Amino acid sequence: MTNHFGILTYGAYLPRRRLQRKAIAAANAWFNPGLRGLAKGERAMANWDEDAVTMAVEAARDCLAGLAPATVGQLMLASTTHPYDDRQNAGIVANALHLGSALRVLDVTGSQRAGTSALATALAAGSSTLVAAGEHRLAKAASPQEMHYGDGAAALLVGRGAPIARLIAAHAESVDFVHQFRGHDRSHDYAWEERWIRDEGYMKIVPAALEALFKASGTAPGAVTHFCMPCTLPRVAAGIANRVGLSENALRDNLAALCGDTGAAHPLLMLAHALEESKPGDQILVAAFGQGCDALLFEATDAISKRSPRGGVRAALARRKEETNYERFLAFNDHIALERGMRAEADHGTPLSTLYRNRDMVTGLVGGRCRKCGTLQFPRGRYCVNPKCNALDSQDDQPFSEIGATVMSYTADMLTYSPDPPAYYGMIQFDGGGRMMADFADVDDGKVEVGMPMRMMFRIKENDAARGFVRYFWKAAPSARQ
Amino acid sequence: MATGIRDKVVILGMGCSKFGERWDRNAEDLMVEAFEEGLKDAGIGRNQIEAAWFGTAIEEQHVGKSGVPLAMTLRLPYIPVTRVENYCATGTEAFRGAVYAVASGAVDIALALGVEKLKDTGYGGLPQRGRGGLNNFFWANISAPGSFAQLAAAYRAKHRVDAKDLKRAMAHISVKSHDNGAKNPKAHLRNRITEEDVLKAPMIADPLGLYDCCGVSDGSACAIVTTPDIARGLGKKDLVAVKALQLAVSNGQEVQFGEWDGSYFATTRVAAKRAYREADIDDPRKRISMFDVHDCFSVTELVTMEDLGISEEGKAINDVLDGFYDASGRIPCQIDGGLKCFGHPIGASGLRMLYEMYLQLSGRAGERQRPDPVLGMTHNLGGFPSQNVSSVTIVGSYGA
Repeated sequence: MTNHFGILTYGAYLPRRRLQRKAIAAANAWFNPGLRGLAKGERAMANWDEDAVTMAVEAARDCLAGLAPATVGQLMLASTTHPYDDRQNAGIVANALHLGSALRVLDVTGSQRAGTSALATALAAGSSTLVAAGEHRLAKAASPQEMHYGDGAAALLVGRGAPIARLIAAHAESVDFVHQFRGHDRSHDYAWEERWIRDEGYMKIVPAALEALFKASGTAPGAVTHFCMPCTLPRVAAGIANRVGLSENALRDNLAALCGDTGAAHPLLMLAHALEESKPGDQILVAAFGQGCDALLFEATDAISKRSPRGGVRAALARRKEETNYERFLAFNDHIALERGMRAEADHGTPLSTLYRNRDMVTGLVGGRCRKCGTLQFPRGRYCVNPKCNALDSQDDQPFSEIGATVMSYTADMLTYSPDPPAYYGMIQFDGGGRMMADFADVDDGKVEVGMPMRMMFRIKENDAARGFVRYFWKAAPSARQ
Repeated sequence: MATGIRDKVVILGMGCSKFGERWDRNAEDLMVEAFEEGLKDAGIGRNQIEAAWFGTAIEEQHVGKSGVPLAMTLRLPYIPVTRVENYCATGTEAFRGAVYAVASGAVDIALALGVEKLKDTGYGGLPQRGRGGLNNFFWANISAPGSFAQLAAAYRAKHRVDAKDLKRAMAHISVKSHDNGAKNPKAHLRNRITEEDVLKAPMIADPLGLYDCCGVSDGSACAIVTTPDIARGLGKKDLVAVKALQLAVSNGQEVQFGEWDGSYFATTRVAAKRAYREADIDDPRKRISMFDVHDCFSVTELVTMEDLGISEEGKAINDVLDGFYDASGRIPCQIDGGLKCFGHPIGASGLRMLYEMYLQLSGRAGERQRPDPVLGMTHNLGGFPSQNVSSVTIVGSYGA
């Protein structure tokens, strides 16, 4: 089992805030009373400094935990909400993950099936590929989408080795069935009637794809133990299972009540969740709908019982903060004209030549380790910072992103402009040396202390709204380790 | 072998504008206000000034770059004018340039003038600025209060101080400076406040509330310096001489390396030691008559009194609460109101502190006059606790 091809590891990420659907309904039911019927559970809500790229980086870090970057020969980033139309989004992820430049990177987009299509392509290619998918989904206020959607990311590493699951069969149906769309210059989706989507879309296209899959693979639908079917329309997944002959017990929780539908990432998120709960021999069926259907059937191997521990969907769901402030959600998504004050007027133009020269430092959080005295330092300078050394050009690359840190000092700043005041930041000391003054992410008011353990997270540093450029950097967030 | 600056240069005259929200005045008006007073005090004409140093920190905000704004505004006669900027030590840096020029023998009389017009931003606090090149990519989203507020967190953790006790000592510092500012007609803030006012004020950057932060002001101050002989020749008596001029600048050790724990200023400790040596002072707690330190925030003043070696480490709270630094205390600190109440027009601040020391040493401090001061010490701190510029200056009676 050490030289087989298949899924080697998985990872997941959900933004920490979970917006209560009751809060959305409470704000909007005056306009759309129908929302009251949808006001159950919670949806993951990206922080102001999170997007498809940052969330994909976090899912990929979870996926690659403990593995050498050289394991990855190809990176695909699937999303319908890539922050850039023309700048390879996957390239940002690759840089943040220190995957090097000898790498094929690819943005996959254009459909809710982008995640599964990327995965199917990677599996068919047979090369070592990190498939990451992330979505930061926008929806108009008081729309059903605002209720159903969620933000999040998932990642799968496929390649040769000791896979935890191998592909039995895959099938793709491509049908230009437009249940919803988003034009080139639009921020929001436009959807057709749900009953039509259900009857003519899901209930016809998905069964056709699954029947073709089973016919080709020669396996029995009844043998499927996990059916991952991301669909928030009521009873549709069960109806499909029934029509195709899948066991009703195989139908997996679509996580709608816990995080919402994370779009192109969602089939992969559900697959990661299934892998997390599978035992050897389990059959996992993934179906993704959107201008057709991707169907993938996997079998969990013996290696799944020996999989190395990682956060996965369970930890992503557990890292949770209840959010009841709907206005904050609107503000984070730039849906209200908030008076942000004069300090928000500062120009955040990015000199691209500076960014390029320092891309490993900025995007990868790479500092230096002195060969002469061993001192870790960020950022690296030409001279070692240790006053007893000060050697010239003596430092090797030292990534800090996976090193834990503790808080040395901190504040909660109401003066500086932050989209989510107060701005928390402080000095952090990395385990084993190196320190920096870092912005904090995902902290709770009154819960920051000197000595608190932190981990670095890839986040948006500045949004240059005037030019449409997003600048990324790393922030320190409370760590689960104690 | 360098012999230091002690008693080589004296102050011939000083001037200081009224600080505050000078809505009806341009930076140039404030410069003239300070210069007119300084020139009269020195008893010379502008054409006797042979070189000038001009301190302004956020030049894009008011006068623009270079030495030209000073020469143009004061109509200086084609002399060398150098513009300097070194964060909040800018005013002191201008003074250092002028003093060194005289000490070197290159010129007989030199001018240092600092100015800042901060109140044309449209909001409170210091202006939002770029941090320069690469810094914009990785520096945290820091403001001045937010960076200094962290001293409190680190200080509490290190010395196991209760947050309430520290906040109370910080409040005492601000109450004291308001008392002092009330007696100073040139001060920006002249109202008295209570400890309760401080504790109940809105939070700016935890744990610094509104009254833990200094005023953001418009203002200008200047010094005209010369040699002791020339000063005497011009009829000056009771000369006030420069005893020490030290500056220490962070090299990355605090923010990137080392034992620094965030609770003190490594630079101030180094600069203070060098200054005491330069001024030949063994026991500053006994010898220094008064201080004007960089109280940009109450907590900065508190830890600075330890960094200058006056209060024992971890014990400044006791000295503060005992009134040791009050106007009536053993060594008054911020007797003119400090940055807190006199105000903080960055480029002028270092010179404003020296102005008060000069007035006190000349017996001209009016209601605030201390009996027989001999040595006065000023201190500036620019930047952030983790990477900064710290200056320490000692002035005193010539020959003392």
